[in-house]
Amino acid sequence: MSSRDVILGRVRRALADVPDDDTPYEVAVQRGYRRAHGERSIGETVDLLAENLADYRALVHRTDAARLPGLLARLLAGRGARSVLVPPGLPADWLAGELPTRVADDAELTPHQLDRVDSVITGCAVAIAETGTIVLDAGPDQGRRRITLVPDHHICVVRVPGQVVSSVPEALGRLDPARPLTWISGPSATSDIELDRVEGVHGPRTLEVVLTSED
Amino acid sequence: MSGTFIGMPAFSPPTLPAFSPPTLPAFPTAAKEAVRNPTLRRNLRYATHTIRAKRAAAVSELDDWAALREAGRQIKDHTLRHLDRYLLQLEESVTAAGGVVHWAADADEANRIVTGLVKATGESEVVKVKSMATQEIGLNEALAAEGIHAYETDLAELIVQLGRDRPSHILVPAIHRNRGEIRDIFTHEMSEWGRPAPEGLSDTPAELAEAARLHLREKFLRAKVGISGANFMVAETGTLAVFESEGNGRMCLTLPETLISVVGIEKLVPTWRDLEVFLQTLPRSSTAERMNPYTSMWTGTTDDDGPRTFHLVLLDNGRTDTLADRVGRQALRCIRCSACLNVCPVYERAGGHAYGSVYPGPIGAILSPQLRGTASDIDASLPYASSLCGACYEVCPVAIDIPEVLVHLRERVVEGGPAVRQGAKVTLRPARGHAAERAAMRAARWTFRHPGALRAGQRLASGTRRLVPRTLPGPGRAWSATRDLPKLPPEPFREWWRRTHRPGGQAPADRQEDQR
Ligand code: SF4
Repeated sequence: MSSRDVILGRVRRALADVPDDDTPYEVAVQRGYRRAHGERSIGETVDLLAENLADYRALVHRTDAARLPGLLARLLAGRGARSVLVPPGLPADWLAGELPTRVADDAELTPHQLDRVDSVITGCAVAIAETGTIVLDAGPDQGRRRITLVPDHHICVVRVPGQVVSSVPEALGRLDPARPLTWISGPSATSDIELDRVEGVHGPRTLEVVLTSED
Repeated sequence: MSGTFIGMPAFSPPTLPAFSPPTLPAFPTAAKEAVRNPTLRRNLRYATHTIRAKRAAAVSELDDWAALREAGRQIKDHTLRHLDRYLLQLEESVTAAGGVVHWAADADEANRIVTGLVKATGESEVVKVKSMATQEIGLNEALAAEGIHAYETDLAELIVQLGRDRPSHILVPAIHRNRGEIRDIFTHEMSEWGRPAPEGLSDTPAELAEAARLHLREKFLRAKVGISGANFMVAETGTLAVFESEGNGRMCLTLPETLISVVGIEKLVPTWRDLEVFLQTLPRSSTAERMNPYTSMWTGTTDDDGPRTFHLVLLDNGRTDTLADRVGRQALRCIRCSACLNVCPVYERAGGHAYGSVYPGPIGAILSPQLRGTASDIDASLPYASSLCGACYEVCPVAIDIPEVLVHLRERVVEGGPAVRQGAKVTLRPARGHAAERAAMRAARWTFRHPGALRAGQRLASGTRRLVPRTLPGPGRAWSATRDLPKLPPEPFREWWRRTHRPGGQAPADRQEDQR
C-alpha cells in the first residue's frame, strides 16, 4: 500500500466516530466578520494607507501623474543609485530626465548580477489601507519576485485611489491565486538581538511607497 | 517578534534528535534550568509581557475579533472533518499547477523523501527557512547524515547555529545571548562557514544584522535548493503561503531552482477566501502586528519566476492519530501563532526547554503527547505542566480549548484506555505505579509548588471559563456533540492528585524557587 493510501485510510478511520455530516462548506463556515472595519471616505482610506505604511517604517510620498517622473528621479538621485531595475511593463512615462543605468528584468540575470543593482521601481497589484500592505502579483509593471527582493532599495508606485482597498478581504477578492504573490508591509525587520527592532535584514532595507493620484 | 516565520520559531537542540522523547527528562527536571537562571527568567518575562501587551493592542483594533476567531475555528473544523477529501483536492490542484506531491506517513519517510530529492539535484547544501515541521522530523540531522549541509537562515537560528548552542526561547531563540556575545560569535565563527564578519564589527544590533545579511546573502545567491514549511495550503487552488519578517523566507522561496516544502496535513484550508480570516488573525496573534513584513504565496511553479521544480511533502507523523481522538483533535486547528505561550504563567517560569519538544508552551503540552503518545516520561508529564487557568484558550485565534485537552490527556495518562498509534487501535495501560506516573506527579507538584504560576494564572483567567459554553452551538455541534465539554477544574485530576500527593515528600529547595 502506498503512503498516500495509508494516510487517507488513517484519516477515514480517525473520523469514524463523527456523526455523518454533509453540511456544505458554505453553511459550515459562517462569515460573521466584517468585510472592512469602519466607515471611511475614499480620501480617508488613502490617508489611512499612508499612515499605516509610515507606521511600519516605509517612506511615503504623495504626488500626481504630472509630477511622478520628477519625484522618481529625485528619489533615485537622493539615494545615489547608479543602476535601477525596471520591469518590462513599467509605464514609459514614469521615467524621464537624468536616470541611473537601467537594467531590464531579464530571466538570464543571475542572482549575483541582480545583487549589484542599487534600486528597483515597480507598480503594485493592490494596496490595503487597514494593514499598510502592498501586494505584488508579478504583473508586467512589477516583474519577477526576485527583483523586489535582492536590491536594497525598492520604490513602489501605488495608483490612488484605484488600487487601494480598505481591508484584507477586499484585497483577496482582487487577487488571482494562480499568480505568485508577495505581500509587503514595511521593510524587512528583526527583533532577534535583545528585542531591538532592526529594519532590513534580507529584503530591501529601504521601502519607498509613492501614492500617485490618478486624476 | 522573532525574525522569521511568524508563528513559533522552533527550537530543537542541535545535539539531540528533534523528536526523541525517551531521551529527555520529564517536565519539572528541565524546568529547573530556567527557574535557577535569573537572567533567563528576566528576559523571558520581559519578552512574554512585551508581546502580550502588544498583541492585546493589535487585536483590539478589530471589533469583529470574536467573529474572525469563530470563522477560523469553523474553517479548520470543517477541513479536518473532511480531511481526506480536501487532501485529494489539494493534490490535484498542486499537480495541475506544476508541483509534485509526496506523502510521508512518518518522520523517517519524510526525511528519506527529502534527502532523496536533494541528492537527485546533485547539491550538497540547502538553504532553509525555519519550519516547525522540519524540526519536528529532525530533517537537518537526517540531511547531515547523508553529507548535506542545511543552513538555517533566520537571524536567531544563525546566532544559535554559529554559537553551537541551544535556543533558549521560542519567540527570540537567542535571547540568552547579549549583543556583546553575539558580536564575539560572529567574529570568531562566521569565517568557518562562509563570509567572515566585517573587520572591527561593533555590537550595535544594526551592525550585527548587517553582518548576518552579508554572511547569508552569499549563501542565498548561490543556493540551488531551498527547503521550507508552510503556514497554509489552499485545497481549491493549490496555493501555499509562508508568513515571515526578515526576507530570508522570500530568498529561500524564490532564488533556488528547486523548492521542497514539508507541510503537516493539518495546514490545509478549503478555499482561497479562507485566507482572509487567517491573514487577519495570525499576524496580530503572533508578532502583534497588523501585518508581518512579508507573506509569500505561490501556486505550483511559474515560468521564469522562482523555482522550476516544486515538491510538496505532506506529513502525517502522528497527526491522524491525533485526529482519531475526539477531544484532542482540536489541537490540529493550531496555526502556530504562539499567543498561548506568551500568556502562560507556567511557560514564563519554566522556559521553552522544559517542554522537551519543538512545540513548547500550552500547545506543546497538548500536541507532543498526542503526536508522540504518552509512553515516555516527558510526554506523560506534559499534560500536568499547567495550572488550567484558561488564559491560553482565551487568546487562541482558533479557540482551541487547551485546558479541556489537558484534562483529557491527564485522564488518559492516569486511567489508560483506547487510543490510536500509527494508525492502529491500541489500549494504553494506566500509568499507575509506573515511571510515567511518577513523572506526571513531579510535573504536577512543580506547578503546585510555584504559587506564582498558579496565582498569575488565576488572574489571567478571571472570567474566561464562564464564557465557555457546555456544548458548542451552531455548526460546531456536529463536531462536538459527541460529548459535553468538561467542567473545570476536573474531579478526576483532583482525586488523582489526592491519591498520589504525599505532603511530606517535597524538596525544600524546590519550594523556594518561586519566592525569589
Ligand atoms: S494553540 Fe492557539 S494560541 Fe497556541 S499557538 Fe496554536 S493557534 Fe496559537
